[in-house]
Amino acid sequence: MAIVLDGDDIGRALKRIAHEIIERNHGLSNVVLLGIPTRGAYLAERIGSFLTQIQESVPVGTLDATLHRDDLRLRPPRPLLPTLIPSSGIEGKDVVLVDDVLYSGRTIRAALDAIGEIGRPRSVQLAVLVDRGHRELPIRADFVGKNIPTSASESVRVHLAELDGKDCVEIVGVS
Amino acid sequence: MKKHLLSIDDLNAQEVIEILDTAFQLANISDGATKKLPTLRGRTVVNLFFEDSTRTRISFESAAKRLSADVINFNAKGSSVSKGESLKDTAQTLQAMGADAVVIRHNASGAAQRLADSGWISASVINAGDGTHEHPTQALLDAYTIREKFPEFKSDFSGLHVAIVGDILHSRVARSNVLLLTKLGAKVTLVSPPTLMPVGISAWPVEISYDLDEVIGAVDVLMVLRLQSERMAASYFPTEREYSRGYGLDKLRLDSLKKSAIVMHPGPMIRGLEISAESADSHRSVVLNQVANGVLVRMAVLYQLLGGAALGGTSAQIDKSGDSREVSA
Amino acid sequence: MQITIKSARLLDGQVVDLVLENGVISNIGSDLKFGKIVDVGSNLLIPGLVDLHTHLREPGREDSETVATGSMAAAKGGYTAISAMANTSPVADTAGVVEQVYRLGQEAGFCDVFPIGAVTQGLNGKNLAELGAMANSSAKVRIFSDDGKCVSDALLMRRALEYVKTFNGIIAQHAQEPSLTVGSQMNEGIVSSKLGLTGWPAVAEEAIIARDILLAEHVGSRLHICHLTTAGGVELVRFAKSRGINVTAEVTPHHLLLTDESVANYDPIFKVNPPLRTKSDVAALRAGLADGTIDIVGTDHAPHPLEDKDCEWQSAAFGMVGLETALSVVAKSMIDTKLFGWKELVDRMSIAPARIAGYTNHGQEIKVGAVANLAIIDTDATWKVERHRLSSKSKNTPFENIELPSKVVHTFFNGRHILDGSEILNGAGN
Repeated sequence: MAIVLDGDDIGRALKRIAHEIIERNHGLSNVVLLGIPTRGAYLAERIGSFLTQIQESVPVGTLDATLHRDDLRLRPPRPLLPTLIPSSGIEGKDVVLVDDVLYSGRTIRAALDAIGEIGRPRSVQLAVLVDRGHRELPIRADFVGKNIPTSASESVRVHLAELDGKDCVEIVGVS
Repeated sequence: MKKHLLSIDDLNAQEVIEILDTAFQLANISDGATKKLPTLRGRTVVNLFFEDSTRTRISFESAAKRLSADVINFNAKGSSVSKGESLKDTAQTLQAMGADAVVIRHNASGAAQRLADSGWISASVINAGDGTHEHPTQALLDAYTIREKFPEFKSDFSGLHVAIVGDILHSRVARSNVLLLTKLGAKVTLVSPPTLMPVGISAWPVEISYDLDEVIGAVDVLMVLRLQSERMAASYFPTEREYSRGYGLDKLRLDSLKKSAIVMHPGPMIRGLEISAESADSHRSVVLNQVANGVLVRMAVLYQLLGGAALGGTSAQIDKSGDSREVSA
Repeated sequence: MQITIKSARLLDGQVVDLVLENGVISNIGSDLKFGKIVDVGSNLLIPGLVDLHTHLREPGREDSETVATGSMAAAKGGYTAISAMANTSPVADTAGVVEQVYRLGQEAGFCDVFPIGAVTQGLNGKNLAELGAMANSSAKVRIFSDDGKCVSDALLMRRALEYVKTFNGIIAQHAQEPSLTVGSQMNEGIVSSKLGLTGWPAVAEEAIIARDILLAEHVGSRLHICHLTTAGGVELVRFAKSRGINVTAEVTPHHLLLTDESVANYDPIFKVNPPLRTKSDVAALRAGLADGTIDIVGTDHAPHPLEDKDCEWQSAAFGMVGLETALSVVAKSMIDTKLFGWKELVDRMSIAPARIAGYTNHGQEIKVGAVANLAIIDTDATWKVERHRLSSKSKNTPFENIELPSKVVHTFFNGRHILDGSEILNGAGN
C-alpha cells in the first residue's frame, strides 16, 4: 500500500485543474460542473470553490449514471445516488464532468449517455483526479490531476475529507 | 434485496428505505414522462393479472417501460381453464417465454407466494395484490407519498400517526401498510366497525377503534380504504348510509383533521360512500400524488429486483469491468 | 397354513412366541416352531389398528385411491380394519354401494374394509338415506356419517340419531356449522388475520358439538364426533361424558401434531378440513386423548391427486393422507411427550375404535382363540417420511421428510402375514 497523493497534492491538483478549465473555456460564463457521485461530486464542489476564488462561481451539479451502465447485470443492484442538475440546465453549456478515477472509461460512457437524455450541451469535457490507465473504451480526460500507471491487479483508493476524514490517494496491491 | 417481493414482511426497515430512496433518485432523473432509461433493456416483465385492475397494471407497465423492459400484458381473467390449473399452466407458459419478472395480481391470498415457491418458474415474482393478503407496492408508494408530504420523516416514522379507516378485514392495502408503517416506527390506528376487523387483530402492532370521530383529530395521515358494496349483502353492515355516517370522510370530519394532516386513498374511490367529493378533491387529498409516486416506486422495485446480476450469479467479474470506484459503490 | 411369530414383546414386557393357524391365535408360549417362522426380535406385539375414518375414493375417484390401494396403505400403517367414509361418487347411501365397497375390501384382502353409510341421500343434508337397508345389507353398516359435510339441520340430526337406535347404529358427525364457514380456508385467528385467508372459527365446530350432545342426550342415542380440533370441543365432550351422555370423540394424528402456523407459506399440503388449529388447541387435544375424553384416533385419510394440491391455496382440495403415518405421529405427539404409554395408544387406536364400531374380530385381547389381527411395532426405530414410498395412490402427506418415531414392521390379518418390513406380501391371494 502506497500513498501516491497526499492532501496538499490533491489541493494543488484540483486548483491546477480549475485554472485549466478557465483557460480552455476562455472564462466561465458557459461552464457547468457535474460531479459523478460519490467522490466525483465532492471533487466538483471543490473545483467549484477554486473557480469562485479565482474568477467567478459556476453552477455545480451531480450526475449519477448507474442506470446507464452496461455492467449492471454483472453485480448486485447498487443504490442510486443523487442526480441534481443545476437549474440553469445543460442545454448549450460547456459541461465538465468530474470523477475521481478514470479507469476502464465505462462510467464516463454511461455518464455521456445520461447527459444525452437530459439535453444537448455545446461540449462535454472530463476532469479526473487520477488517471490510472487500462482504458476499455476510446475515452480520454481533458484535465488530469495525476497520471498513475498501475497494474490491473492493483486498485486505486481515493480518500476525501468529506467522506473519509482525510485526503489522500493510495494504491492497494491485490495479491 | 431478495429475489421476489411478495410481502412487506420480506423487507427489513433498511430495505424499505432503500427502495424509497431509489424511487426518490428516479424522480430526479426521470421527471419528464418522456425520459426513458436503458437499465432493463432486454429484460421481459410480464403483467399477469387474474383480476381486473387497470390502474395497477398501467402503473407497473409504465414503470417497466420507463426502464426499457419489454412488457407483456397477460390478462388471465375469464380464462376457461379450471382455476387451480390455470395458475400453474400460465406460469409455465411465461417461463417458456423467458419472463424475467412476473407481476401478479390474483384473487387468491398467497397466489404470489405459491408462484414464487412452487418451482413452476424461475422469474422474480412481484405481488401486485393477492386476495385479501397484501399489496406491497401500494404500501411502498403510500410511504413514499407520506415522506414527500412530511419531509421531517426520513427513515424513521416515530411520531407519525396514521389512521386507516374502512374494510380492514378484506384489505390487502391495510395489511401491507400496517406492516410497513409499523416497521418504520409509525403509530397506526385501524378504524372500522368490528365486523370488518379480523378476529386475530389483537396480535397486530396497532391500536384499534370503532369510532372515527374519536381518532380523527389526532392523526397526521388518514388513509381511507375502498368499501366494496358486496360486503353489505353479507351483513357486515346494515346499509351504505349507516356506514357512511359512521366511517365516511365527509366535510365535517375533513374539517376536524389537524391543519397539517393529509388524506390518502388507494383508489378507485367511491365518492359519497367512503369519501365525500369535497374531501376527495380537497387540498389535503394526495390521491394523485399516490398515483404518480406509484410509477416511481414500482420502477425502484423493478430496478432492485432486475437491475443487477441474477441472484446466485458470479460476483467475481465485478471489479474488472467497472472502474475503480468500487470503494464508493 | 401356520405361522409362528417368534420373540414378540407384549405390552407387559413378556416376550413370547405365538402360533397363528386358521386365522386365529392357536398357541402362545415359548420355543414354538410351526410353519413359517417370523422372528420379530422382541418388537412390540399389539392388536391390529382400527380406523373409523378413512376416505377410499372408490367408487368414483379411483385416480386418487381405490379400496385396494387404500387397504394396502392401511396394512403398512399397522391397520387390520378401516372404515370407508360415504362421500364417494356415487355416495354410499344405498345397500348396493356399501356392499360393493365391502366386497372390494374382501377381494383386496389386506385388511377389513367396513363401509360407513351416508346419513342423508347424496349427502344432501335434507332426506335420510336408507339407513336400515344399509344396516341389513351384507356390509352390516353400523356407522353413518355425511363426513365432509355436516348434518346441519337440527331436526334431521335428531331423526337420524333416533332412527339408528333400531340396529344400535351410531351417527358420526362432521361438526361444521355451514353458515359460519362460508368460503373458510383455515383456522380463524392470528395467522389467518395475517395471511388474509377466510377464517374458520372454532365456534363453527363447537356449536354443532354442543347441539348434538344435547340432542343425543334428549333422544338417548349414540353420537360420535369426528375429528375434534378445538380446546372448546374437548371441554364440551368432557362435560357430556360427565353427564353420562353416550358420546364418543375422535382426533386425527395431524391435529395432534400440526398447527395453523404451518399454513404460513400457503402450501396447500396443509389444507385440511377441519383446519389445523392453534398450539393451545393441540395441547387440549393431547390432554383430552390422554385422559380418555377423546376416545379414539381416526386418520381422516383423505387422498387427493397431485393436481388438486399443486395450485394456489384457495383452489386446492382439503385433506391429507394418514394411514401410513398415523401410529408414528401419535407416538411422537403422545408417547415421546410422555402424555401416555403404549397401552393407552393401543386402546385409542385399536381397542376403543373396535368397541365403538362393534368390529368384534379386531382390537381384542391377545389370547389363544382370538382372531389373529395383529401388528408388530419397532418402538426404537425412527424413519423419515418419503412421499414416493407411500403405498397410497395419493401422496399428499404433510409429513414429507419429517423424522418420526416407531415403525410398523409386520401386520397379520386374519392370520395371514400381510406386511413384512416395508414390503406388502400379498392380499387375498394368500
